[in-house]
Amino acid sequence: MLTDYKLPGLGENIKSGIATKVMITIGQVIKKDQPILELETDKAVLEVPSTLSGVVKEILVKAGNEVKVGQLIMKIDTSDVSGATAKAKEEKPVTTIQAASSKESEKKSSLTSASSPKEETIKAEPKFESPSTTKDVPAAPSVRRFAREIGIDISQVPGSGPAGRISMEDVKAFAKQLNTSGRSSSGAATIIAKPLPDFTKWGTIERKPMNMVRKKTSEHLAYAWSNIPHVTQFDKADITELESLRKRFAKKAEASGGKLTITAFILKVIASGLKVFPQFNASLDLFENEVIYKKYYHIGVAVDTDRGLLVPVIRDVDKKNIMQLAVELNEIAERARTKKITIEEMQGGSFTITNLGGIGGTAFTPIVNSPEVAILGLSRSMMEPVYVNNEFVPRLMLPLSLSYDHRLIDGADGARFLRWVCEAIQQPFLMDLGG
Amino acid sequence: MLSSQTYLVVIGAGPGGYAAAFLAADLGLEVTLIDKETNPGGICLYRGCIPSKALLHVAKIISDSKSAQNFGVEFSPAKIDAAKLRLWKESVVNKLTGGLGQLTKQRKIRYIQGEAVFLNSNTLSIKKSDGATEEFTFQKAILATGSRPAMIPNLPSSPHIWDSTSALRLEEIPQTMLIVGGGYIGLELGLAYHELGSKISVVEMLPGLLPGADRDLADVLARRAKTLFDQILLETKVVKLTPNSNGISVTFQGKDGKETSATFHKVLIAIGRKPNSENLGLEKTKVQLTGRGFIKINAQRQTTDPNIYAIGDVAGDPMLAHKASHEGRTAVEAIAGHKVAFEPKAIPAVVFTDPELAWCGLTETEALKQNIEVQVVKFPWAASGRALTLDRTDGLTKMIIDPKTERILGVGIVGVGAGDLIAEGVLAIEMGAVASDLKLSIHPHPTLSETIMETAENFFGQSTHIYRPKKS
Repeated sequence: MLTDYKLPGLGENIKSGIATKVMITIGQVIKKDQPILELETDKAVLEVPSTLSGVVKEILVKAGNEVKVGQLIMKIDTSDVSGATAKAKEEKPVTTIQAASSKESEKKSSLTSASSPKEETIKAEPKFESPSTTKDVPAAPSVRRFAREIGIDISQVPGSGPAGRISMEDVKAFAKQLNTSGRSSSGAATIIAKPLPDFTKWGTIERKPMNMVRKKTSEHLAYAWSNIPHVTQFDKADITELESLRKRFAKKAEASGGKLTITAFILKVIASGLKVFPQFNASLDLFENEVIYKKYYHIGVAVDTDRGLLVPVIRDVDKKNIMQLAVELNEIAERARTKKITIEEMQGGSFTITNLGGIGGTAFTPIVNSPEVAILGLSRSMMEPVYVNNEFVPRLMLPLSLSYDHRLIDGADGARFLRWVCEAIQQPFLMDLGG
Repeated sequence: MLSSQTYLVVIGAGPGGYAAAFLAADLGLEVTLIDKETNPGGICLYRGCIPSKALLHVAKIISDSKSAQNFGVEFSPAKIDAAKLRLWKESVVNKLTGGLGQLTKQRKIRYIQGEAVFLNSNTLSIKKSDGATEEFTFQKAILATGSRPAMIPNLPSSPHIWDSTSALRLEEIPQTMLIVGGGYIGLELGLAYHELGSKISVVEMLPGLLPGADRDLADVLARRAKTLFDQILLETKVVKLTPNSNGISVTFQGKDGKETSATFHKVLIAIGRKPNSENLGLEKTKVQLTGRGFIKINAQRQTTDPNIYAIGDVAGDPMLAHKASHEGRTAVEAIAGHKVAFEPKAIPAVVFTDPELAWCGLTETEALKQNIEVQVVKFPWAASGRALTLDRTDGLTKMIIDPKTERILGVGIVGVGAGDLIAEGVLAIEMGAVASDLKLSIHPHPTLSETIMETAENFFGQSTHIYRPKKS
């Protein structure tokens, strides 16, 4: 019996990828869980396993094709299965990351390029466009009109009704998804790419393609920056005592496979802080005019890799102790650097920490990791003279830079949160005193 | 010379123009409406849709009174008082146009009786009915100047050569009349005059009557027309028209090239309509025309001159009043800053002959031409209880359906009242309905609307009143 095999779901927000390698041939006998396709998505290259065993009869994708979740990949004759069941393999697909080529970047940015013609002109006069032959979109006139009003191209909306009929809810859901997936929707963030001058006029240049990570980072940050009104507040925490504690326990952490960094401590402080200041652990739903408060505490930690910036997420920070956090942080950062990290491990965060102290600097203005509403940046701790008891004493001061979404968080809250974090670093009992 | 200003000027007060002006006023825009007549209405009300339908209603009464003898009710042949008929028809027109005049005043729309030409993209010069000229500057304009009957080139001038306007004046009922053009205007007027007593002949260049309609629908009408008309000449051209003492001598050229002649008291030219895009001073604006003389417009009905919009017959096919009024409303909403576009999925067309024809959406003919895979299902009115009670089983309801999704792509109906039945088809197509939706919607019995439900049932091979099991 010939069975269709469609590309399975790959994790939240992943709708498609590029098939970089087809690992099977027609006539090949394959087993369940055997990898059949190498697929490059946002930031990872992963192998897609087969859920069926049998003989491959038809392969419907080629290397280099863009494939969408749910798309027919191959047809297998399952009646040809040999008795042996596949060995139990690890659940997550093994990731083998390769440098992404920029060839397919065109297709991925199809949503960003679907901007209305008005956005391309700077003058007031709109471009004249002859009416296109109306695409056959099964949507009632009121629904079509609504989509147009909110700037959605209705031909892109998947319809949930019979024969793909598009309802008002489908349009709203699509618009919401566009908003939260971090891609620019036509009408909201205006990403107007001005044409570049010919740089060769002034000297030699070298062109290098942007890798996938760079491309995704670029899109994500452009969206975050243009949609979120940022305010950054700066403060300093006295980590003299914390630093001596850290040194005491550093060796113990190393023995457990962790590296006890300031970040591990800060993770714990932040997790507690988010419970006292829940609006920093939330997201804004501007379609429903609601604030979504998260009751979980997953914190992303920015990691600099040779491919670019990746943000692995530590889950349930509030439920782990600092030693565990140190071990997990070290391990996940290592996996990010060695290209072994998975997409899932970089999703689901509700707050982000970015530590540039190892490199240097006194302060910076981090960009909020949309759809989160706040991000904490750490710079290099310095010995500074602090006025205590009528004299200057040398204290080790850690600069903190907190950027937040001013649509949800006001200046006073920002200051209160950051002050609370600094004081909790200095007096950890504050964390359990409920602020 | 007076000089005034207005925000929005609508040029032409036909169904497109007055619908636009009224909506504009309702949205709070300051509007000026210009037309040659004393009241809004345009061709449709004064010399088109309305008087012709009034006339066709009378024609149907006469026709029905004759058929009544089949049921044992006999009327003596109708005596036609043409003057009284003309007066009644005019009263209908006056009532409607007068009513529009009232609505114009209630909405505080400035109405100017006159003819407008553009001086530039912001200024009009209006020659008013009292002879004075007034200049108007405007921010936005909507052109709704409509269309006029197309004429055969080099036509001799004669009072015996009519167009639709003259035919609707009902100045006389000719003994014999030749209708040039087998389209809806010619056939409607031909059938009307037949009931009034004229002997009608029709000549058409193409192989069938009503070229835009599907053949199976047109054939039902053609069959009846054949019994009523003296002759129907298809694939035949008119090569010469010569006025003489009795009327017009017409020379025909058939498919085989042979020429024949005949004399008729009147010849009605009904070969189509042309957009009124000339003599408006458009060359002084940025407005561009298409090859056929229509005004080039975008989805918001805006022309290549951003201040000027165009709607209705002057803006393109189909030249239908309801298309004009919807375009007019779209243009006004666009001017008011709403994000809209004119994007109907189905514009219905109705031929008010007896039997009526009506269709909307994709026709079977178009589907074939565009190579679109469709399934066509039909329901013959011979199986309709209501049609039998009306003694009018000369009817057919058909649907064009997407075989993969079940979606209704087109609906076509021929039969009495088809024009009043087609709106359900339009709604089905606009809402993206599937055949199951129509099958499962309860239609009242016994009505002609049931044929729509039964056609949908037929798609599944389950139509109650005909046996046509689906081949699996």
